[in-house]
Amino acid sequence: MSKSAITIRDARIGDIRTVTRLDEIHTGLAKPEYWQEIFTAYVTEDHFGRYFLIAEDRGGMVGFIVGEIRTWEFGSPPCGWVFAVNVSPDSREGGIGSAMLAAICERFRDCGVGTVRTMISRNDPLNLAFFRSQGMTAGPYIELEKNLDPGPTDSLNKAEA
Amino acid sequence: MRLQKSTLLALYAVLELAAEPGRQMSTAEIAERYGISVHHLAKVMRQLVRAGLIQSVRGVGGGYRFSGNVKRVTLWDIIEMFEPRAEAQALDDAEPGHATPVSRALDSVRAEIDDLARATMQSITLKSLLKFAPAERTEALAAVARTLADSGMPQD
Repeated sequence: MSKSAITIRDARIGDIRTVTRLDEIHTGLAKPEYWQEIFTAYVTEDHFGRYFLIAEDRGGMVGFIVGEIRTWEFGSPPCGWVFAVNVSPDSREGGIGSAMLAAICERFRDCGVGTVRTMISRNDPLNLAFFRSQGMTAGPYIELEKNLDPGPTDSLNKAEA
Repeated sequence: MRLQKSTLLALYAVLELAAEPGRQMSTAEIAERYGISVHHLAKVMRQLVRAGLIQSVRGVGGGYRFSGNVKRVTLWDIIEMFEPRAEAQALDDAEPGHATPVSRALDSVRAEIDDLARATMQSITLKSLLKFAPAERTEALAAVARTLADSGMPQD
């Protein structure tokens, strides 16, 4: 596949089924309700600063990327966030991911943003390697988390049951 | 993540050869370029051949050439070959106080750092690293070798 055959466009509501399917192929989990919410927030409603782009090759969807501009989270100046990227397994290694990332970064840049970030599971080597190959490195923020033990409400519910 | 000397030599050698996959280089040439021991590097090269990452080329002008996939081989693939496994290291590190709650909490922090380091190394392919290395890649890598030598890390 030649890079020149790829076009990048804004997502349309009719793309939801293919997007859901592509995501299911990669994650092994179908999430139609989640994608419905994302399409509402990033495609159909007013979505300034939120971008959902589709890559097409000869009229067929071969990938998508979703991101938004986030501001002042823990003091962080406005920056672009990419939180989903996916390329059809049959179309990988053809520069589609790079083209989509370049396109969304261009949108971020047009909004005056000079940094792009993402967060990837360390158990997702495919996407980690992709973002690394685009020159992305560890940033100044660290992701932290903890397991939430059952709270008092949970104990009460169990006792009542 | 502290890397053993052999690991560093393997990284230098593989990256040097992977930068131009068709090119052949001798152990002596690589060793001279990075200011490292030919003897130590020769042992490392044999291990890399056994792993299928490089192949030896016999005859006049022989040496080694890269035989892996630059888009698939990651820094971790090389590191993993030369670094002792964490469990073995833990047995070696049985220092006084190692079974105390504080020691176990410190171990947990060290494990967190190691996990991050491993995920980072697993995400960087040879191609990615070489792509963002400056044009004067060889000089830059050689500078790293010199810095390590200056820092007192044993060179053989």
